[in-house]
Amino acid sequence: MSNMTREETQSLIEEVLEVYPEKAKKIREAHLTVNDHTIEQSKKCIKSNRKSVPGAMTIRGCAYAGSKGVVWGPIKDMIHVSHGPVGCGQYSRAGRRNYYVGTTGINTYGTMNFTSDFQEKDIVFGGDKKLAKLLQEVETLFPLNKGTTIQSECPIGLIGDDIEAVAKAQNKETGKTIVPVRCEGFRGVSQSLGHHIANDAVRDWALDKRDNDDTFVTTDYDVAILGDYNIGGDAWASRILLEEMGLRVVAQWSGDGSISEMELTPKVKLNLLHCYRSMNYISRHMEEKYGIPWMEYNFFGPTKIEESLRKIAEFFDDSIKEGAERVIAKYKAEYQAVIDKYRPRLEGKKVMLYIGGLRPRHVIGAYEDLGMEVVGTGYEFGHNDDYDRTIKEVGDATLIYDDVTGYEFEEFVKKVKPDLIGSGVKEKYIFQKMGIPFRQMHSWDYSGPYHGYDGFAIFARDMDMTLNNPCWDNLTPPWHKDSKAEAIAAE
Amino acid sequence: MPSVMIRKNEKGELLFYVAKKDLEDIVVSVETDTPETWGGEVEIGDGSKWYIDPISPPPAFPTTLRFKRG
Ligand code: SF4
Repeated sequence: MSNMTREETQSLIEEVLEVYPEKAKKIREAHLTVNDHTIEQSKKCIKSNRKSVPGAMTIRGCAYAGSKGVVWGPIKDMIHVSHGPVGCGQYSRAGRRNYYVGTTGINTYGTMNFTSDFQEKDIVFGGDKKLAKLLQEVETLFPLNKGTTIQSECPIGLIGDDIEAVAKAQNKETGKTIVPVRCEGFRGVSQSLGHHIANDAVRDWALDKRDNDDTFVTTDYDVAILGDYNIGGDAWASRILLEEMGLRVVAQWSGDGSISEMELTPKVKLNLLHCYRSMNYISRHMEEKYGIPWMEYNFFGPTKIEESLRKIAEFFDDSIKEGAERVIAKYKAEYQAVIDKYRPRLEGKKVMLYIGGLRPRHVIGAYEDLGMEVVGTGYEFGHNDDYDRTIKEVGDATLIYDDVTGYEFEEFVKKVKPDLIGSGVKEKYIFQKMGIPFRQMHSWDYSGPYHGYDGFAIFARDMDMTLNNPCWDNLTPPWHKDSKAEAIAAE
Repeated sequence: MPSVMIRKNEKGELLFYVAKKDLEDIVVSVETDTPETWGGEVEIGDGSKWYIDPISPPPAFPTTLRFKRG
């Protein structure tokens, strides 16, 4: 339970909204709320997936980022061409820490940047010829690639290039999968539409390649991991648990993933969906077309892992159910030791989160396992269905903010005074300079994995390391130390 | 006429999902739901009503259908 009452939180929201002009105030009001367990449907209390207020600084990305960076980028043995000006790809190159195995530049290309480097003349005369030439060059320079995706940046849609035609021509020549993705950054209100477009591209250009091919030997225990981006090795830490309980992981999409794994996914028995926001579209498609059920699971923190393992096992026979119990029992001593060590150091600390489309609700369990409490949470690009799921996860009267602006977030933090903030790199240094411990919850601050039992140990260590770091006491220079007490009193 | 994906949730209830609108809710009532036909007016959890011409034989779920606003 948050130690602010419902009324206090509500008046905090009103206070923060004060500075806005009338119109902006009205828009933003709908995106901020106080959690109420009695409400079943989030649309009654919060608006989401709407255009940001022009002029307000928000933390969102673009559709290109959603497709290139999130869904397609981590497919390691394909070449992802950032089609358009050089900046979009170069400034985001290797920004997500999706680990993979392979030799970069030879058979995997995850951290490389390929771009068609548009110039004025390409905008004026069209870039299709350049793209065709580029695709041929890619074949010569990187013959071991398993396919190419063309990730459109803003100008492509504006000048109306026909990338589909180029892709088809190239596919005829080499026989490899060439995927044109219409994920121009200006589409939609955030990266979320990019996920959707990328999912649709998977459906239309890649997924059904092996539909009439039965040479792959399947078992009754085949599963696929979708939407686990292997940040710092997350998917590996999840995979071992699934394998230990007796399942066979056929595909790991977008986290050390490959195109052939993607093509084999329609043959599995169950799709396991970690990030609902970015991969639910394709899961729904596979359920409809191939009859593969899908389920959301959560591998953050022992409580949720235990729940998820049991839920996954429900889909299979008794041997897997026993397997799940075996895994839970096996790791019990290990995670109990982690809790015993860190809980006393972290108990009762308050956390504020502001992350992308899944973790604002998924990591709550892990914090609670450590005795910490989430006092505020929000999504950059969550939709109604995400908030539906969030209402149940967070405590009553918790502050919830959608597409928060830089100003609002700072003001909330000043008033709520959390002990730890979990958000992205853009927010990190502001809050650290304000003297508040901060963890990057997108990239795990160059640490990880955080999924699975192994990940939980690292998660707990990292939170302790950040929160109880002696540096926070030394933020005030010694010549201000004496006046510190007065300054606080005067505030 | 939005396309609507209808699937069963783990409790066996029908879920009505409109991707474009982020609308996902359970189906509370279906006008005709017999072994031969399925369809007519469909009411979902948030109180909104949708219409589809009755289909026979009933479709196998999950499936995508086009509904009219009722
Ligand atoms: S909004 Fe457009 S120009 Fe900006 S990064 Fe995205 S694709 Fe590139």
